[in-house]
Amino acid sequence: MFGRKVKLRFFFILLILTTLILSVYLILKSLEENVVYFQSPSEIKLLAEVEKKKIRVGGMVKSDSIFIEAKEVKFIVTDFKNEINVIYAGVLPNLFSEGKGVVAEGYLKDKNLFIASKILAKHDENYMPPEVKAALEEN
Amino acid sequence: MASFIGYYSLIFGLCTSLFIIFFSIKNFRNSKIFDIKIISFIFLQFFFVIVSFFSLIISFINSDFSNETVFNHSHSTIPLFYKISGTWGNHEGSLLLWLLVLTLFLFLFLLRSSTEKKQYKILTLLFQQIIIIGFFIFVIKTSNPFNFIFPAPVEGLGLNPILQDPALAIHPPILYLGYVGSSIVFSSALAATCLNCITKQWAKHIKQWILISWIFLTLGILLGSIWAYYELGWGGFWFWDPVENVSLMPWLALTTLLHCILVIEKKLVFTSWAVILSIATFTLSMCGTFLVRSGILNSVHTFANDPERGLFILVFLFSLIFLSIIIFIFFHKADNKNTVIFFWLSKETSILINNWFMMYFLAVVLIGTTYPIFLEVISSEKISIGPPFYHKLIVPFLIPFLFAMAIGPKLKWIKSDIQNKSYLVLFLIISFLLSVLIIKNLNIDFLLNSILITSAMFLFFTTLREFFTREIKNLSQNLAHFGFSLLILSILLNNIFSTEIITNLKVGESFKSKDFKINFEKIEQKDEKNFKTIIGKFNIKNINGADVVFNPELRIYNQPNIVTSEADIKTNLLSDKFITMNLVQNQDYFNIRYQIKPFMIWIWLSVLLISLGGFISLFQKRYEK
Repeated sequence: MFGRKVKLRFFFILLILTTLILSVYLILKSLEENVVYFQSPSEIKLLAEVEKKKIRVGGMVKSDSIFIEAKEVKFIVTDFKNEINVIYAGVLPNLFSEGKGVVAEGYLKDKNLFIASKILAKHDENYMPPEVKAALEEN
Repeated sequence: MASFIGYYSLIFGLCTSLFIIFFSIKNFRNSKIFDIKIISFIFLQFFFVIVSFFSLIISFINSDFSNETVFNHSHSTIPLFYKISGTWGNHEGSLLLWLLVLTLFLFLFLLRSSTEKKQYKILTLLFQQIIIIGFFIFVIKTSNPFNFIFPAPVEGLGLNPILQDPALAIHPPILYLGYVGSSIVFSSALAATCLNCITKQWAKHIKQWILISWIFLTLGILLGSIWAYYELGWGGFWFWDPVENVSLMPWLALTTLLHCILVIEKKLVFTSWAVILSIATFTLSMCGTFLVRSGILNSVHTFANDPERGLFILVFLFSLIFLSIIIFIFFHKADNKNTVIFFWLSKETSILINNWFMMYFLAVVLIGTTYPIFLEVISSEKISIGPPFYHKLIVPFLIPFLFAMAIGPKLKWIKSDIQNKSYLVLFLIISFLLSVLIIKNLNIDFLLNSILITSAMFLFFTTLREFFTREIKNLSQNLAHFGFSLLILSILLNNIFSTEIITNLKVGESFKSKDFKINFEKIEQKDEKNFKTIIGKFNIKNINGADVVFNPELRIYNQPNIVTSEADIKTNLLSDKFITMNLVQNQDYFNIRYQIKPFMIWIWLSVLLISLGGFISLFQKRYEK
């Protein structure tokens, strides 16, 4: 039959292949579950039904729309075509203000209400999330 | 004037490359001994880049706004320290720094390897010159730091305030020493492949360069992480942000290479694997530069979204990969005569296991970072991949990884057995009992967490015991592994026991929870040199009576007009108490975040221990027998 060396090599290659297939499978499966899609208020309006999946909503914070209470912050995100109400309890980034770009992560309650669990931080005043920029340019 | 000198010494530096290449090729063919002239030319090149770099620093110190880079990234009111650090706090300057480190490493490499073969040295320096020339052209053509503005503006645009921070001032140079240090490993691996001289001596010689690069990369990542912790005010230390991931990827590859080279030092196996890893490490470093500089990833590192720059790095990156693959395929000869068969229970196997897991972690991070980019290009669908993805895929595999890390170093080369290792079982039992004790009353996933803590504790105890054995075999390795166990333990405990309160308060209001009461007493305003600051005074009372005063700040910078919040952190050995406040525009409410984060300082200390392990290894004369 085969020598010890050949057997060893065969076993080794088999091991590599199995781990490779296993890790690719794991990664793809996890990707499917954990990907967060970005949507603009207009895209949300076009949704057929509201899914229970985590998404990101981006746009501009509408002027005079920030309303702050002890427990939560409410504001309106607009892409100048459509709007969506956002409720958020958590840390606000420094550059969060009216008339500036914002990206919120969380769940849709219905087509008009978004419960945010995270507001993404930005690093400078001219920064606009690329998603928002693209969405604004489209409109 | 300084800009003028800087620009021309860059040009001279590029010209020196031609001389170096000419003399190297001449030397490679003709004479037997290494031509000293080449070293002088390489020093000259290094000198030109230094002159250029210093003239940029001088322009920054003098606030010479006729220089476009200075105009865009500085302001006359910034403190001197941040004027200097502003030099590499922008795209153009940081590339000049990259170039400086490239030439510095080449010069040091030639000084340190006088005993190596002549042909090997020349080939290494030729490969390194290809990279250097590429970056020279890149700097001069697409990102010249010495562009003039006429007439000179009176005032600059200012430096992004979140970059005005001591940790971030030294983070880029340290990280670059790591990133760019891997270039010399890359060049040397290619040279050794060409000459077919991958030997035990080569492994020994290149190991120190891998170590240097690895130590700086580790420290650079640590600094960035510390900065993100206190400056961004999110209260975490790692966010699986693409920008962090691109620095983690070369680190993973380099760590794998470091372990792999230890085997080659003993037995000539896995040689092709080592070459692939060397190529991968530098490629990943370049990839990181490309991703953060091209504007594909948006972060504080993205200075300008100039597609030309991204394209240049991309083309350069692919030609380097192409070149190295060609060299690898045509020159690499797997030496069959040297095949060593080793038993399944041996140090080789355990290092193989380490490599295996590291490659898996690398694959996870790589896919998680690049998948959204590819998807956007292909289908213009915009997605993001968050921490759950990484946690789910990496955390379970840490368990076997940690066990292998504990047992692996105990094994002997070629063949080993498990006698006199009964203490390992004892440690296992102790760790398990301890971990059950820690998490029994908590409302978390019991099975996964208990096994995780057990495995980390197991590594902790086995490495701790090693320190007290009569003759410690390999201090550096043990210290690094000990540091790693401490790191994982502190991260786990930190995750499990962190508490956080987020609330909106007006001045004078207070917030009560079952453990403590937060009093927002007052705010004060102060004027500093280049910012105004609002200092909040908070009094936090514990139920057991102790109260602590916190003074978080809000800084309003005047140029550019940005608000940053400075966290107030009270650190002790057991936990960090962390408070930040934010002001929402035109509102009376302050957004307050109060966190208790246990073992935070141990996370930083353990990473320091890990790099200290590498540092000791540099000076360790002999590796274990």
